[in-house]
Parts: sequence; structure tokens; C-alpha cells
Amino acid sequence: MNIQTPSGNAAGFLHRYAGLAERLPGAGVEAVRRLREAAAETLAAAGLPSRRVEAWRYTDLTPVLRAEFREALTPVDEAVELPPARAERRAVFVDGRFRADLSSLDGLDAAALSDVVGDVAGRLNTVASASQPMVTLNTLLFEDGLVLDVAEGVDAGRLELLSLASGETESTIHPRHLIRLARGARLVLLETAASPSGARHLHNPVFEIEVAEAAVLTHVRVQREAAGAYHLAHLGVRVAEGGTYDGFVLNAGGRISRSETHLALLGPRATAHLNGAQLVAEGQLADTTTALDHAAPNCASRQTVKTVLSGRSRGVFQGKILVRREAQKTDGYQMNQALLLSEDAEIDSKPQLEIYADDVKCSHGATAGALDPDSLFYLRARGIPADTARAMLVRAFLQEAVEIVEDEVARDALDEAVQGWWVGHGGEAA
Amino acid sequence: MLSIENLTAEVDGKEILKGLTLEVPDGEVHAIMGPNGAGKSTLSYALSGREGYEITGGSVTLNGQDLLEMEPEERAAAGLFLAFQYPVELPGVGNANFLRTALNAIRRTRGEAEVDAMQFLKLARARMKELSMPEDMLKRGVNVGFSGGEKKRNEILQMALLQPKIAVLDETDSGLDIDALRIVADGVNAMRGPNFSALVITHYQRLLNHIVPDRVHVLADGRIVASGGPELAHRLEAEGYAGVLGEAA
Repeated sequence: MNIQTPSGNAAGFLHRYAGLAERLPGAGVEAVRRLREAAAETLAAAGLPSRRVEAWRYTDLTPVLRAEFREALTPVDEAVELPPARAERRAVFVDGRFRADLSSLDGLDAAALSDVVGDVAGRLNTVASASQPMVTLNTLLFEDGLVLDVAEGVDAGRLELLSLASGETESTIHPRHLIRLARGARLVLLETAASPSGARHLHNPVFEIEVAEAAVLTHVRVQREAAGAYHLAHLGVRVAEGGTYDGFVLNAGGRISRSETHLALLGPRATAHLNGAQLVAEGQLADTTTALDHAAPNCASRQTVKTVLSGRSRGVFQGKILVRREAQKTDGYQMNQALLLSEDAEIDSKPQLEIYADDVKCSHGATAGALDPDSLFYLRARGIPADTARAMLVRAFLQEAVEIVEDEVARDALDEAVQGWWVGHGGEAA
Repeated sequence: MLSIENLTAEVDGKEILKGLTLEVPDGEVHAIMGPNGAGKSTLSYALSGREGYEITGGSVTLNGQDLLEMEPEERAAAGLFLAFQYPVELPGVGNANFLRTALNAIRRTRGEAEVDAMQFLKLARARMKELSMPEDMLKRGVNVGFSGGEKKRNEILQMALLQPKIAVLDETDSGLDIDALRIVADGVNAMRGPNFSALVITHYQRLLNHIVPDRVHVLADGRIVASGGPELAHRLEAEGYAGVLGEAA
């Protein structure tokens, strides 16, 4: 047993915090310090969640808690291989630290959190809830992040957010990104989290995202970290009247990866898209968990999440939709589907609708199954080799989720990541 | 030449084909007619190598090549084409991508150069015009949202593009109105020539008014029980299977 007492499982992280506290950004800022101390107290008292906690029933953090990570904040100056640019502007983080030398943020009101933490302390833990375990952990140890404000009416175009790990990393990385779109602003945020094979770090990013009236944020996350890495992300999102959060999460890497989004539609006619795909291979677990809060009338939410599993692997989908009493005329749709390519793969799917308003339209569905033998035979009967046929059908399965993404560049990034995963796991290109 | 000798096959442990023997020489169109449950669809799936159709005896060769030893895709590359009775819908797989992938897979095994997207479009458009298919059918998912007639025309388009040596048409006439039937029949007739043969499986005689067969065979209880010229189809239409089968038995 690695857990001596029920509250002691975060001891490793607390120990690291004790050693780092004076060197973490904001150490001299009273408000930040208080947040960190509160997080330390919470973790000391409650620990990180075990599977007895309902929200973590299917995702066992024991391997993360057992892993021995190196101390964070190691200065890293080595060159990393940057993926080809998809946008003119990019914010690059290596091992959790902002790299001004690799980034270009021309014309954006953006800064590294480590530089401005004193100014933005009041924004921390206002959108993401400090009571969420991954937020608590991040609060304890966050070292940097992107602070970005898009001003009223400005279309900021595309921005890449790259979180890369260097080859040596066996550390923990806790970025905190604060993103705010003012009234009528627009942004396409293309995020990639990647690490070289063999990396065994923990990446624990937290996003606090505010979308003001009539603003539109497209946020596409491509998580393709090394198969031995851990990725535990938390996204807090608030959308005001007439605003849109158009999100897509691709979980395609990591030994254990979880992307948890808590989104609130706070004004009338706001829209949320919480789409995603998970590609899970031998020895991996991928978890997409969302909590969608319809708190205002006439809002719409759309969610399609697809999971492809091969080998001995596990996929988790937990999707909660809360429709409050005042959220009349809510239009909600949720679909999650799993394609199991192996008999040893497992999907746990938990849709959860909690509706208190009486005039709403909410539908949801879930399916799980193998590749359809009729479809496979049809392709093979036309001369298409079995491997290629399988690749075509897997792509087709994912297509339905990917094609929802309207931004062409974002869709290409997703296509490429899907293709890369499939070929990387012994599949044929299709 | 397609040569089937004493073929026996089981589905779910039940013997369906019970010693079927048939030869279709190059350049000929043969029809197989039979009542429901005679084994017509089983024959087409057994020939094309579908899982679950277990061959328990006999042989099938195409120009001397043993088809039964081959995977479904190898049979297709060898020149066998099955036009499905119920073409499968493949959402998310674009029709153009599907057709080009199939064409290139077959061209590769034949040692022919692959066609690029532009060459393919040119080829496909020409064939589609002959089949009165709207061009947007290339952009849609394979058979997704196609009417029954469009699905069958899509089968014939695939046949025209893949240029098989022998096509097995499994009740291609089912669910077709007379106009669609004509288009499908024209598509098959356009292929006729010394290097193409077809096995037209049907329950009704009406398709054979449009695709006039060289030979007609009657399949009943897993065997060919009668063979003759096109007039046999007319007799079946007039006298019914019971009449002809009674005589054959």
C-alpha cells in the first residue's frame, strides 16, 4: 500500500511544495501565497481523489501518486523540436516555462503568468473551482502560464499554444492559463501538448476561460504526449449572453490522461460545443469528463465524443448536463460512442442529465461496439486490403466528431493527429 | 472462365449449398434463378469469401486460380466482383475516396499505375454520366442517404470502374423501379464482351428482359436442378418454380 492514511496520498506533492514555495511565482504576493497555502491544506486534509470518489470512479490515480517525479523548476534551455507552425502567432511553453525566444505574440495582449502573477492574482481560481482536485494541485504548484486578453470587438485570429516537454523531463508541470475574451471578441486557440517518447512527466494544466457577451472562442486541444506520461487537465469556462465556446479535445497520448471541463452558460442564447475524440492504445487510459451547467434560458449545447480503443486499454466518458430551473428553452444534445478494436479494451460511459426546467429539449445517446463486419467485408470485396479497410472505418468513425470543427486549420491539425496515432500504432494510412 | 464444382457450404452449421456445379465461360452472361431459400445469396457470399460462409467441399476457380484459398480482397483483385443485394452505408467514408482507394488497390495488384485524384475524377465522371448519376454522389458518404436505385447504380459504377472479369449480381433488381432497372441493365450490357462474364442472380424474370442471358440455371435446395437457354426464364415466369421444379425432380 502506498497510501498510509487516507489523507496522505498527496504527501509527495506537498513535500515538493515545501521545498519550492519560496521560488514559485507569486511567492511574495500575499493573495497568491494564501491560495497556495489553502491548496496545501486541502491536499493535506483530503488528499487526491481515490476511486471511492464518484467523479474519479473509473480513473485510478494510483500510478500517478506512486510515480517519483523530479523536482520542478529545473531550468531548461535545451533546444526542443517545435512542430511546424499552424498560425503566425504561437505561445510556447517548454517543461512548463514560457519561452519568449520561441514565441511570437505580436499584437496580442498576452503575457507569461510568471511575469504578471501579482497583477492577475485576483483572477486565479475564480473560473476554475479550487475545490476541484486538479485545480487544487495546480494551485499548489503552478509555475507559469499564458495570460491572454482579447479586447472588445477584436478578432484575434489564430493562436497556437504549445506545451512541450523536453526529453529529460520526469518532472511535474502545472501551467495555469488565464484567457479572457471581451464582448464580441474572437479567437481560435490551437493547443498542442506533446512530449518525446520515453517522457514520464505529469502535465497538469488548468485553464480559466471567460467568454464575454457575443464573443466566440474556438479551443482545440490536441494532447499527444508520450505513452508513459500523465496528463490531468482541468478547464473552467464561463460563457456570457450570446457567447460561444467551441471546444474540441483530442486525447491521444499519455498512460493516464484526463481532460475535465466545467462549463457554465451564464447568459441567454449562449452556446457550448464540448466535442472530442480519444485514441487509446495498449496500456493507456483516456478520460473525458465534462460538467455543463445550463444556467440561463435559450442556450444550446452540443457534445459528440468518440473513443477508439485498441489492445488492453480503457476509455472513460463522463458527461453531466445540468439544466437549472431558470434555463427554459434549453437545447441540449449529447452523444458518446466507442469503437472497440480489441476484446481486451474497456469503455466506461456515464451520461448524466439533471433537468429542473420544464420546457427543454435534451437528447443523449451512447453506443459501444466493434467495427461492423458488414462494412469491413464491403470494402474488402472491392479489393481494399483488410488493414486499409479498418483504417478507413476508424477514420470514418472519428470523422463525425472532427468534421464538426469549423476552423480548417484546426481540423487539419486534428486529422493529422488522428492519422499519426493510427500509423504510430501499426495501422495503415488511409 | 468461372468454374464451380460440387460446392458445398454451411451457414451457422446448416448446409445450404449441397453440391453446386456450374461453369460460366468468358464472354457469357448466365442467370441463376431460384425460389427463396434456395441458396442464391449464400452462393454469392461463398464466392466472394464472406466470413460465416463455411466452404465444406468442392472447388471454385477463376481462369484456373483457386478462389477459395483467397481473402475477399484477393478475389476482387483476381477479377471477381459482387454487386451486393443490400449495399452497405458507410457514413464518414466519402464515395470518391472509397472508389479511388478500391480502384488503386486493384490496379496495384495488377501491376498497373495508380490513378491520382484528377485522373480518377475524369474516369468516374464519364462512367457516372452513362449511369445517369448526379455528380454530388461522389461527395457524399458511401451509399449514405442514397435511394435504393442510387445504391444499385453505385454498385454498377463500382463495377464499371473496377473492370472485373466476372460480376456476380445478387438480386440487383430488387427494389428497383423500371427506369432504374433499365439503367442498371444498360450498365451491365455495356460491359459485355469477350473478357467479361456475369452471373445474374434473380428471383424474377423481368431483369432478364433487359440483360438477356446466354444460359439460365435453376437453383433449388442448394443445387442446380435445371439449365437451359433464355426460354427457361420465360417458362419459370409462366409455370412458376413449382411447375418447373416438379418436372426436374
